[in-house]
Amino acid sequence: MGRAGALFAERPVLLAARVIFLWPPDGHALMRTFIMRDENGRTSGSWGAIGALIQIKDGSLSVRDDRMLCEAREVNRELKMTHLGEFNRRDRTWHPPAFDPNYKSTVLRSPNRPLLALGQSTNEMTGPVFGTHHLDPLDNDLIANYQQGGEPIGERIIVHGQVLDEMARPVRNSLIEVWQANAGGRYRHRNDTYLAPLDPNFGGCGRVLTDDEGRYFFRTIKPGAYPWRNIGSDWRPAHIHFSLFGEAFAQRLITQMYFEGDPLIPLCPIINTIPERGGVEQLIAKLDMAEMVPFDCLVYRFDLVLRGRRQTYFENKPEGH
Amino acid sequence: MPVDYLKESPSQTAGPYVHIGAMPAHAGLNLRTQEKLNVLTGPDVEGERIRIEGTIKDGAGSLAPDVVVESWQADAKGHHNQSGFFGWGRAACDPATGLWFIETIKPGRFAARSGKMQAPFISLQLFARGINIHLHTRLYFEDEAEVNQADPVLSAVDPTHRPTLIAKKHKRGSETVYRLDIVLQGEGETVFFDM
Repeated sequence: MGRAGALFAERPVLLAARVIFLWPPDGHALMRTFIMRDENGRTSGSWGAIGALIQIKDGSLSVRDDRMLCEAREVNRELKMTHLGEFNRRDRTWHPPAFDPNYKSTVLRSPNRPLLALGQSTNEMTGPVFGTHHLDPLDNDLIANYQQGGEPIGERIIVHGQVLDEMARPVRNSLIEVWQANAGGRYRHRNDTYLAPLDPNFGGCGRVLTDDEGRYFFRTIKPGAYPWRNIGSDWRPAHIHFSLFGEAFAQRLITQMYFEGDPLIPLCPIINTIPERGGVEQLIAKLDMAEMVPFDCLVYRFDLVLRGRRQTYFENKPEGH
Repeated sequence: MPVDYLKESPSQTAGPYVHIGAMPAHAGLNLRTQEKLNVLTGPDVEGERIRIEGTIKDGAGSLAPDVVVESWQADAKGHHNQSGFFGWGRAACDPATGLWFIETIKPGRFAARSGKMQAPFISLQLFARGINIHLHTRLYFEDEAEVNQADPVLSAVDPTHRPTLIAKKHKRGSETVYRLDIVLQGEGETVFFDM
């Protein structure tokens, strides 16, 4: 008997269990239930948290109390449409710790107390929904979106990739924001005082929505390395900042993309906040010569992974397979 | 062997120039100059108008005015993404005063995972240089003392730290303001969540 069987030993007919979240039209009750399928393929379950007002028997739903303002067919539709499971716990050992004395800015900005574990409610399992109406057609073209009558200077590149969740499901129609320095390593920011010049034709700001397969692309100039005050003059390898919204507030992530072969990568105190080498490797974009645009652009591929979202506690695979 | 899943991409600091990507006009770019991500209250939005604001200080008590604050909340009825209310806001701090603000509505209540109703709150996430992975906290409302008392999340917080999550209410002219000063580290350190 495997994991699922052991947990549900008191219910020997159970083959699979599913956790469903449902918001009835009155919106105030978040309901949670197990939907079970027995060995004949029949489903059953009940809304435990609110006293079994809705029952599921032999695959059909019934509503026992008008106060729910829910009709059975409405519930049926929701059951088909709802994929709102909880998100996997974030593996904090894979992320940089808040405090790392080799990255000096963390010393006074890292909480002393441990984080408090929080169960996920709708506020964590939903997030802003951005659409094409939020974007300008040039938002994913950093070569074009800040031109003042000329082309920006530097190596022309396209960055593309796919955003998946930890279960390898595409993260669809979600916003990615990017920002970066110009080819000389200078940011167009009021606080950047590096002596390399601004490029009048380059802003370094872009955004793009992932498509139905979680894919994205944008065109830009390869950013330059630059020095920064840390422990003396440290150097940042060339990088592009990525901000991802995913489908929910729980999936929010900001990270950075580096370039394959950059000798500054192993020397960077910010990259070295990442505990595992495998984590660093995940942030290094690979040169993608198959996608190269002849006589125009080199192409880098950069895939990202956001937190996975459970649809089921158990993957509905019968034991023994 | 446990089942293997893909690993989440590791976080990296948003850095000191986060505004270029997040709110380019604040960085000094002539781009999206009309965008006001910290105003969530259009004419069609139902609910009580409020302003949430505060400062963010580091472990030495210095202002951290480069932090970008993002908020996410329910609409006035406690729903998410249902009424046309966008629910998400983003604010930079004023470089001189360190004050950030978001003009929004007071959110309605909705249940926690257990089914128990929560006190109204707004989720906040902080991004900045020196913050390797964004910090996540909640803003609760001082004038909801009764429901705050019964809230399942606040109840799990050490009572001595609970005030770090509760915004103080005052009136500024006709405006209702809730102020929450966030402390990243040390005395009065804000409670931050893992979820």
